[in-house]
Amino acid sequence: MAENKGIMVYGEIVDGKISSITTELLGCGRKLADELKEDLSCILVGDKLGDAPKQTVAYGADKVYTAEDPLLKEYQTDSYVAVMEKAAKDLSPKIILFGQTSVGRDLAPRLAFRLGASLSMDCMELSIDPGTKLLHQTRSVYGGNARATFTSEIFPQMATVRQKAMSPLAPDESRKGEITPIKVELDPAKIRTKVLETVKEEVVGVKLEDAQAIVAGGRGIGGPDGFKQLEDLAKVLKGAVGASRPPCDNKWVPDTMQIGLTGKIVTPELYIAVGLSGASQHLAGCSGAKNIIAINKDPEANIYKEARFGVVGDWKQILPAFTEKVKELLAG
Amino acid sequence: MPLNMIVCCKQVLDPEAPPASFKIDPSTNKVIPPPGVPPVVSPFDEQAVEAALRIKDQQGGKITVLSLGNNLLRDVVKKPLSMGADELILLEDEAFEGGDSWSIANALATAIKKIGEYDLIFCGRQAADWDAGQVGTGIAEILGIPSVTVAKKVEATDGKAKVERVISDGYQVIEVTLPALITVSNELGEARYATLKGIMAAAKKQPTVWKPADIGLEPSQIGTAGRRAKLLKLFQPVKEGKCEIIEADTPAEAGTKLAAKLREAKVI
Repeated sequence: MAENKGIMVYGEIVDGKISSITTELLGCGRKLADELKEDLSCILVGDKLGDAPKQTVAYGADKVYTAEDPLLKEYQTDSYVAVMEKAAKDLSPKIILFGQTSVGRDLAPRLAFRLGASLSMDCMELSIDPGTKLLHQTRSVYGGNARATFTSEIFPQMATVRQKAMSPLAPDESRKGEITPIKVELDPAKIRTKVLETVKEEVVGVKLEDAQAIVAGGRGIGGPDGFKQLEDLAKVLKGAVGASRPPCDNKWVPDTMQIGLTGKIVTPELYIAVGLSGASQHLAGCSGAKNIIAINKDPEANIYKEARFGVVGDWKQILPAFTEKVKELLAG
Repeated sequence: MPLNMIVCCKQVLDPEAPPASFKIDPSTNKVIPPPGVPPVVSPFDEQAVEAALRIKDQQGGKITVLSLGNNLLRDVVKKPLSMGADELILLEDEAFEGGDSWSIANALATAIKKIGEYDLIFCGRQAADWDAGQVGTGIAEILGIPSVTVAKKVEATDGKAKVERVISDGYQVIEVTLPALITVSNELGEARYATLKGIMAAAKKQPTVWKPADIGLEPSQIGTAGRRAKLLKLFQPVKEGKCEIIEADTPAEAGTKLAAKLREAKVI
């Protein structure tokens, strides 16, 4: 068997462009590759890849492998794992990185078990041990209460990486890279799933992942009506409204508004947490925010440990005056 | 058509325990169980039981629950029975302790092969302790059956399941051939409460206990010995916790002052 060498990033394409997590993975992969003095490659899988291979080179890849096939139009576990299994076996990378996305969290474990390799999901930090040259993988465990660092001596070493945990490089269009198509024989009979429909929730205004200001509500908001007040503030801040898990589980707001370990990961400049206790699994989704502001009636609430500024009291009485003053300040 | 269903449930430390009670013993890289807070069935696993029960409500069937660990508390692991599951099998032995996703999925898959007949296997999307999110998919790969992850709705008809899979901006409807493994997410909705009748029925049921040898596994394949991922360190992130609390005579004034403070700090 060939010696395992190089770092491979599994790239994802959204609306014809490589996704932001892909640029983050390339940024992180570039650093690891330079430390190991090995190549960084990116593999792209889909039906029409367009300009994406060139983009991955601009963001740091030395080599790009492309698997293009009409059968790969949509992500399906069986077809994509088949492509990645062949790529991993033929190209023998030392490390494979995925984004912690809908695709990554489905594809990576299935591939790891098929290859007999070990995988750490949702990593926040990756580094190369200077002595052993093994990949150290640090991830959040116990709902965000703790972190754990893992390694494995089985190759390829695999990890999925949390969104927004790594920084992309500035794209450099003059970078040169080698683009190589890979051929995978896919048998449609072996694809045991079928995507019948994709339903996207309409987003009015700014998307949560892109918002620079987020107003998030928790159990303390008490019902769907309270969220209307949060929307007023979000509008003033040109931001978006999010929620912790209880409002989503209680159907006060759509599930797509959930921020946290099992929801969205956000890193806005300003995060205003209202009526939200700050359970670890929620903080896992927002602790990357630059400024967290807490409004809660419980002075012992966990959210104050993460917050820069806070007010203790009934949000219903605090928020209208706060929104009014913010509006006035931003207008003036 | 009645279906044979298997649900994998893990006993974990209660994730709802106050964060302040969370402590680690750095010498063993283990979590110290908070005093006075009993363990629970991992919440996503409870929702996996709920997904199976909804299918049983519709078309009948049998639900076998499978739990792995050591010194499992009967009151905890019997909860799925009191919700309406039919049978409980425990993989219980000291040798199962300290496993990783690989050794746990391997033991569960081996036990499922011994159970033999199944149409659907359900797991939670990830366990509330290690949040690894791999065991369900791993079982499917070992058994050679298809998997659909992060489901919020599951229906089964004519040898197929229709699954709504949560994606970041909505969901996908996926059809999968049976037998299949589904991992369940919180979007499925709350798991039902145990009824008094259910609790009484569960009290009478004795779980079947399987040791490693009963499923044909060597000690070297399970628990700590069977790990592929090596745990180097378990630690708690340091929190600075220097929040400036804005105070005023009335809540409204505090709101106004907070806005002024944010401007002063150039946050807005």
